[in-house]
Amino acid sequence: MAHTLHVNVNNTLHRITLDDERVTLLDLLRERLHLTGTKKGCDRGQCGACTILLNGRRVNACLTLAIAHDGADILTIEGVAQNGELHKLQAAFIEHDALQCGFCTPGQIMSAIGMLQEAQAGDDPERVREAMSGNICRCGAYAGITAAILDAHAQLQQQRQKAAAA
Amino acid sequence: MNRFDYTRAASIDEAVAAAGAPGAIYLAGGTNLLDLMKGGIVRPNRLVDITRIPELTETKALPDGSFRIGALVRNADLAHDHEFARNYPAVAEALLAGASAQLRNAATAAGNIMQRTRCPYFYDAAGACNKRDPGAGCEARGGATRLHAILGWSEHCIATHPSDFCVPLVALGAIVEITGAQGRREIALEALYLPPGETPEHETVLAQGELITALRLPPHAEHFAAHSRYIKLRDRTSYAFAIVSAAAALRFEGGMVAEARVALGGVAAKPWRAHAAEKHLLGSQPTAEHFRQAAEAALQGAKPSGDNAYKIELSRRIIVRALMLAAAGTQPRTAALPASVFGVHSGAIHA
Repeated sequence: MAHTLHVNVNNTLHRITLDDERVTLLDLLRERLHLTGTKKGCDRGQCGACTILLNGRRVNACLTLAIAHDGADILTIEGVAQNGELHKLQAAFIEHDALQCGFCTPGQIMSAIGMLQEAQAGDDPERVREAMSGNICRCGAYAGITAAILDAHAQLQQQRQKAAAA
Repeated sequence: MNRFDYTRAASIDEAVAAAGAPGAIYLAGGTNLLDLMKGGIVRPNRLVDITRIPELTETKALPDGSFRIGALVRNADLAHDHEFARNYPAVAEALLAGASAQLRNAATAAGNIMQRTRCPYFYDAAGACNKRDPGAGCEARGGATRLHAILGWSEHCIATHPSDFCVPLVALGAIVEITGAQGRREIALEALYLPPGETPEHETVLAQGELITALRLPPHAEHFAAHSRYIKLRDRTSYAFAIVSAAAALRFEGGMVAEARVALGGVAAKPWRAHAAEKHLLGSQPTAEHFRQAAEAALQGAKPSGDNAYKIELSRRIIVRALMLAAAGTQPRTAALPASVFGVHSGAIHA
């Protein structure tokens, strides 16, 4: 049976007809919407390469069925830069050499965006590492990733303080 | 993954009616179910999506002092609920010690309880497993068994229940609220799980179509708030299942233990409440010696199911450690590495 699905991906509304109930959100993004920034690593929720924001929360896109998410609001790596300007985390990843091959990077950045919104880790490197443990980097860029996140966190906090003072 | 019917239920009654036939499974966070379906380990013919039933998403303090957790409350939301974490700190710590942040954002309270008791052989569709194929045999026996059960196992299955959340929940006497075609009932979480025995394919007492609608912590559970801990040993400090874990909760009167709760994780097909240890602690002083005696009592009857005798002594030590930390007092905030033995804890005394 075909199912019709409405999803908002990176501020674009899509109406999708699904003829297979087994399609995961990850496969929907990659195969149907051709948004291939979200990566398929393990496809079993272990590596974090497929991390997206689903209704504002970071989740593994591989472990959830598209059919269950009619009306969902999704943010992928393709939607985080605004008006041609990189997100602070994207810029910080470049600045801190927080990648080597780059395959895990979209998932790392989406996870870090979700983590900063959750506001549990603050500027504690150990809490950042713990909060990012669902994202694996086989190149071992962890030190750079942690530094990039702490840097972006500090920049965003400064930005907020300035805005509050203004 | 096999094809299946997909039905979205708008109410509990609609869900129960849709899931009455064999082969139907409820879909909530789906983090364990999808993984099992991708491996062909579970092949439902129908998924009943319960995620749009609003009444399953609430947490509520009840007038009698109980606390109800709706079936769909996300693990992360519960752990980060300040009031909940203050009243049930060991439960919050256990939640944060489980899985990854992404999974905790998706996984639900009832889904955590219903995650499958498992072992690598259960996940290997090419091998024999009595859980997947009753009567086929157990390839784990005589296999790589470092992480398998040491309590309550049978010749037919030596898998362990992987949940962290459930360990302090059974220690605190959590209750499961259930709705089925025959109406509503409630049972102790500890009584939800069946020992593997000769039918390891039956993991819980739930009948086809019965739906867990909520968990409830009884009024008494928050009396342990000042002295509660969860400790988890694992192969890496984050995002790994427990080798063994322990929840310990104490209540003191005049410097003596007036009440004690102890449970183990990663040791059996169910979260394992150690009643004998609890009894042993009553009226005693909180010393390493008494805690060690309680730990000995907890592991009475433990036996290796393979190459895992080390887990018996490890369990004793983790009980002592959890009790020492609980006696020292609940931390004001969960450690950077939740439930880790490597964190720097004030009051930590090495067992």
